[in-house]
Amino acid sequence: MSETASTIQFFTGFSLNDLPFLAEAAGNTLLISVISISIGSVFGCLFGWALYASKYARIFLGSILDVFRSVPLIIQLLLFFNFFPILGFPLEPFAAGCIVLIVYTSALVAQVARGGIEAVPEPMRRASRSLGMSYFQDMRYVVWPIGARAMLPAWTGVALGVLKDSALVSVLGYLELLRASQILITRTQEPFIILAIVGAFYFALSYPIGKLTAKLEQRWQYD
Amino acid sequence: MIELKNVDKSFDQLKVLKGIDLTVQKGEVLSVIGASGSGKSTMLYCINALEKIQGGNIIVDGVDVHAPSTNVNQLRQKIGMVFQQWNSFPHLSVLDNVALAPRIVLGKTKREAREIAEKHLKHVGLGDKLDTYPTRMSGGQQQRLAIARALAMEPGYMLFDEVTSALDPELVGEVLDTLRLLREDGMTMIVVTHEINFARDVSDRIAFFHQGVIEELAPAKALVNNPQRTRTQQFLSKVL
Ligand SMILES: Nc1ncnc2c1ncn2[C@@H]1O[C@H](COP(=O)(O)OP(=O)(O)OP(=O)(O)O)[C@@H](O)[C@H]1O
Ligand SMILES: [Mg+2]
Repeated sequence: MSETASTIQFFTGFSLNDLPFLAEAAGNTLLISVISISIGSVFGCLFGWALYASKYARIFLGSILDVFRSVPLIIQLLLFFNFFPILGFPLEPFAAGCIVLIVYTSALVAQVARGGIEAVPEPMRRASRSLGMSYFQDMRYVVWPIGARAMLPAWTGVALGVLKDSALVSVLGYLELLRASQILITRTQEPFIILAIVGAFYFALSYPIGKLTAKLEQRWQYD
Repeated sequence: MIELKNVDKSFDQLKVLKGIDLTVQKGEVLSVIGASGSGKSTMLYCINALEKIQGGNIIVDGVDVHAPSTNVNQLRQKIGMVFQQWNSFPHLSVLDNVALAPRIVLGKTKREAREIAEKHLKHVGLGDKLDTYPTRMSGGQQQRLAIARALAMEPGYMLFDEVTSALDPELVGEVLDTLRLLREDGMTMIVVTHEINFARDVSDRIAFFHQGVIEELAPAKALVNNPQRTRTQQFLSKVL
């Protein structure tokens, strides 16, 4: 609806009527970020555990994840998006963006999670095993809670990073905040105000994450 | 009964236990002394299947600890262990530190686990600390917590690995008193310790380890007051 509106009012100034359009785009940024961060974190934790537990995983999985961590996200997005049509499965920008962001997030979280597991001292794990806990009980009730606390600050950094990096999915044509702002800037020629508003939207999305994890961190302090 | 029969253990090329034969009867307290690196801790880990062995057998209540068919998680429920580092779970209250394993391993209800934990915490003198977090407690208190945590599984045996070595001197007494308490309860224990006087007063027998072999094994007072082997004499003259 907003798209048609914007073509009709060519080169008109920024108005309050554009806010819903931006809000919808912010919703899309939020959607793709939440999906990528949550699913990516689950995979990241599993990968981190594999990296920790297995020499082979460190060699093979480790190098694969290194690729995803080091190749610029925008290149990954374009490669992936343009690769699938060649195979005969064209992907929606949203789906392609989600998949790439999930893999990217999981590659970042894997290292963080591995660090979290390593933060649990070996003697403590011997202690829990000596109580008769199985490997998985030890993981679930001792390693996970202690490791999660240890990795929280670094994980927050990853999450905020992915939220901002999701802007790159705009290159695939997915209507999220950055792309919406570009559309509006082209129409209104008022980059300043629009970028300020978009910046405020990003801030409004990030702020709760930072606030929430800071709260958690405080509550999780050992005392 | 814990039986070690000709147990060999090595880390790669390094032979750490060389043909250990040892039997600990129900109700007995055995102390293990010996120089650093002589294999004392490793023997405890092997009894608990926390380390594999390369030769011989370890039998606990008739169960071969290292047989592939043995369920080690079940076995470890019978064998409590307390380490030099107390390893309190920092994310759990004192009560939950103790209640966790009874709940998830023994399948007790929350309430039963809580009652068990309270009982054992009271026993080691921590009845007023239930809701405290371990990081707020002294090393001696945390070590008693570790003892209560192991006892809460109601094990038939307790293994202690230098449980006072990491403690400030003024805190050693309270932990040793807790061990004395267990001895009065009739607990079967293997106590690796550097506290020779404690070993002499509290244990039935003492084993002196030297480079992976039991150099001398004798009733506690006899071994300390009248050691037979030159190496035991040398060791005791250094540490006493
Ligand atoms: N996980 C391991 N990997 C390799 N070597 C080990 C390992 N654990 C112990 N060792 C070696 O085995 C030998 C015996 O160690 P152990 O800890 O059993 O000695 P200890 O008698 O308990 O000494 P201490 O009084 O210092 O605790 C030492 O030489 C030690 O370096
Ligand atoms: Mg030792």
